[in-house]
Amino acid sequence: MSAPNGRDARAAPGPERATTPVPAGPAALAWRRRRVALAAFARSFARHRAGLVGLAALLAISALALTAPLFVDEAGLSITRAPGDPYEPPSRRYPLGTDNFGRSVLDLVVWGARVSLTVGFLATFVSVALGTVIGVAAGHFASSGGLAGRVVSTVLMRITDWFLVLPTLVLAVALAAVLPRGVGTIILAIGLTVWPPTARLVRAQTLAVEARPYVERARALGGGHAHVMAWHVLPNVMPVVLAQTTLLVATSIIAESTLSFLGMGDPATVSWGGILEAARNAGAISAGIWWYMIPPGLAIAVVALSFTLCGRAVESVLNPRLGEAR
Amino acid sequence: MTSTPTTTGEPAAQGPTGAFPARGRSGSGRLWRVLVYVSGKLLTAVVSLAAVVVAGFFLFRILPGDPVRAMTEGREVTAQQREELRRQFGLDQPLWQQFLDYCAGLARFDLGTSFQYREPVADLILERLGPTVLLAGTGTVVAALLGLFLGTRAGWRPGGRADRTHTAVALFLWSVPTFWLGLLLIVVLASGRGFVPGLFPTGGMVDPGVSGALDTVLNTAWHLVLPVATMVAVIYAQYLMIMRSSLMDEKGADYLTTARAKGLRDGLVRRRHAVPNALLPTVTLIFLNLGQVVSGVILVETVFSWPGLGQLFYSGLRVPDLGLVQGLFVVFAASVILMNLLADLVYPLLDPRVRP
Amino acid sequence: MTTLLDVRDLHVTYRAAGGDVPAVRGVDLTVESGSVLGLAGESGSGKSTVALALLRLLPGTANTTGQILLEGEDVLTMRWGRLRAVRWMDAAIVFQGALHALNPVRRIGDQIAEPMLLHRTVASGRVRGRVAELLERVGIPASRAGDHPHRLSGGQRQRVMIAMALACEPRLIIADEATTALDVMIQAQVLELLWGLTSDQGIGMIMISHDLSVLAAHCDRLAVMYAGRVVEQGPAAEVVRDPAHPYASALSSAFPRIGDPASRLAPRGLAGEPPDPAAPPPGCVFRPRCARAQAVCATVDPPLYPVAPDHDGHSTRHAACVHVGPARAAERKEHP
Repeated sequence: MSAPNGRDARAAPGPERATTPVPAGPAALAWRRRRVALAAFARSFARHRAGLVGLAALLAISALALTAPLFVDEAGLSITRAPGDPYEPPSRRYPLGTDNFGRSVLDLVVWGARVSLTVGFLATFVSVALGTVIGVAAGHFASSGGLAGRVVSTVLMRITDWFLVLPTLVLAVALAAVLPRGVGTIILAIGLTVWPPTARLVRAQTLAVEARPYVERARALGGGHAHVMAWHVLPNVMPVVLAQTTLLVATSIIAESTLSFLGMGDPATVSWGGILEAARNAGAISAGIWWYMIPPGLAIAVVALSFTLCGRAVESVLNPRLGEAR
Repeated sequence: MTSTPTTTGEPAAQGPTGAFPARGRSGSGRLWRVLVYVSGKLLTAVVSLAAVVVAGFFLFRILPGDPVRAMTEGREVTAQQREELRRQFGLDQPLWQQFLDYCAGLARFDLGTSFQYREPVADLILERLGPTVLLAGTGTVVAALLGLFLGTRAGWRPGGRADRTHTAVALFLWSVPTFWLGLLLIVVLASGRGFVPGLFPTGGMVDPGVSGALDTVLNTAWHLVLPVATMVAVIYAQYLMIMRSSLMDEKGADYLTTARAKGLRDGLVRRRHAVPNALLPTVTLIFLNLGQVVSGVILVETVFSWPGLGQLFYSGLRVPDLGLVQGLFVVFAASVILMNLLADLVYPLLDPRVRP
Repeated sequence: MTTLLDVRDLHVTYRAAGGDVPAVRGVDLTVESGSVLGLAGESGSGKSTVALALLRLLPGTANTTGQILLEGEDVLTMRWGRLRAVRWMDAAIVFQGALHALNPVRRIGDQIAEPMLLHRTVASGRVRGRVAELLERVGIPASRAGDHPHRLSGGQRQRVMIAMALACEPRLIIADEATTALDVMIQAQVLELLWGLTSDQGIGMIMISHDLSVLAAHCDRLAVMYAGRVVEQGPAAEVVRDPAHPYASALSSAFPRIGDPASRLAPRGLAGEPPDPAAPPPGCVFRPRCARAQAVCATVDPPLYPVAPDHDGHSTRHAACVHVGPARAAERKEHP
């Protein structure tokens, strides 16, 4: 059932089918069912006010990051060609003041959104992919594949638990410290360390799916491990993965800023964590230059909060038992 | 407590707990089951620790390719000095020999030598352990108490005003980067600019020149306020959310209806029946999330120049002093694993259902 | 015998997102002290809702109206303080599924002692002795007071619940499916125990079950519920032997009587499903499943009519069916 919950699956209605003069092919039916399910999902999501606020904020910020080159002059972000004087307080020309080199803090923050969001999304993609593969495999082989399968499953879960217990930041920092510096390293360092909760969640969901009769039927008809996992388990695990992904982007963006703040970032690119590191190194904190350090941090918090609100709304739409968890 | 004649008064707060001691279930069978349980947990911990040791070696000796080049990059070092460093770190040996030496060293709590401080890493760590334990311990205890208390209030009436307020605040604080919150507190409460005078120190643990036991304690406590506040703000949110959902899971339980049918007040039903059950999964999750406390400590110590392991880690990163970072990696990871082992061993005392 | 409990026109409606769902629709019950009232019906008929409503234990989404007179005092209009005092002191409940009804992390001795300490019926120094006494009375060694519920078998847990219900010597015990989850031997023991209590100590009891044979053997009076209403009530033996309402007779024939060839040949069970409580059918709610339904049943929602009344119109039995009321009266006129 690809619908997020039973009610919507039943709502994929007969009447609509009845209006079709020619019997539609199975693919078309599947697409229509998906479209109806999606519409139902959107309707339930729209009932979560906090989720809507988060979604709106995310769309606005993403649009700003995408169109940044239209109104931010990249040349003004270079240290040597900074337009203003150092530490100018907020003014009409520089709404958020300037940094120690005379660069506009507003421009820095807008430009920083590009790197922070990119890293957030890509690191999430890496960790979700890793977590899903490990979770599905661990869940699938726990219920089929005999003794060898159970051994594989147990080993995978032990590895997951090991990573889960370990301090994420220490591991990510260690990775970032020994690999060549750059945005790719940051993405990898985050992606390789934040996947365990996803894996556990996906494993639990996989076990639930595997217990359903149609999976048993697929196995009885001779479906191999790859077939069962790819065709029957994966599509049913996706809703859980979707909610988890949204929540993970928030984690990844905070992790990116933290790694940059600890000096693991690429000094050549502007990211929110990098701006804060620069502010601290320049002594702006003890000098009380609030306009240099508040905007980037607030940007991180707002984006992380927006993703969290969205993720919780998705979660409670998919799992109505969480009901009030708005 | 006032009570009208018709109201049944509440008995002493601790209730009838402990009036009935457990029957001694003697017999070697039980002892055997306990032994199996404990040794199973010990074995798991040992395997995890071994994995940490291997990971430490892999991360810092194999992954960087040439650790000495990585450490001396951008510095003027002659080829001779490099060779000297290689020999000092044992990098001229074959890999398997290096691994054996490294393991043998760990067994003697010899974590190698710091490139930056020219001192044994183990000595550096022991020196800085106290401040970190003070900071992390205070922060975790305060955050756990606050999170569990507010989580109980929020989860007992989901959707109510207390729930909405606490959840919103917790979600916001969870979304704020730890280090930025620390910086913000410094600017507002410590830098002494703007309207607010510098109420708290901007960093450090004890001011130079403070002597005498009482003065030192007071001065340390004063320095501790902002770092602990930062740690608590970021960590308590998680505890709150865990406790909240755990209590919401218990809310529909039948034994709560029994408790209400007995005539217990709502507060007593919550405290005496719902919370003890909801605490059990929460405790497990708190220990599973201890790694986050370590992350928080590193950031808070860095921001507040707290002379502990986190700051040492940061200073090692900046050089980079891979020997020091490696030693700290092993210590951080091992301590989290050992704390989880402790939790596994203590848990059956809390939950009679999993008692072996 | 005095009237212990008098329930008048009890309605319970759950407020849900899709509208109000009536679970109990106008129930009248009386329990005399020292007697046992059986409450029968399939799951979803509203039996357990009635049980919880008696002590106002339903969740906040339930709206309860009517009167619940417990020794003359209306439970529904009591202040909270008085209600808490009445709970367990005047009426105690033996819940179904004792595994979940006992707190898993507290020792059973503490759980039995809790209401006594709360209501101060026993000095705290004497509680242990009293708990031991209660446990022995339900056939559990007093030494098990220090055990947690999961160490006990299902039957033992159910008996712990009974010991707990007896702790404050209530006037009324509500046993909600108290024996359903138990195997037959244990079930018999627990039932004997409960039944003995009423006869020995004059405690009134409401015994709720879907198992008519259990109720027939142990109850004085029997009320059969269907879709939130009592459709037949009267002396237990008569209701089971000669049910007047079609639903009661279907329920009765679902449990074969040993040695009665008629019950072996009669069709057992009942086709169809209970009505959706959110949208009950018009007229008699049982009509869609009733073999004897007539046109009039679609329009008339029958009240409880007396079955075989004496010349004053009084009867010990009542049933909510047109065949008992107007139709039977009409028949009698035609064939005097």
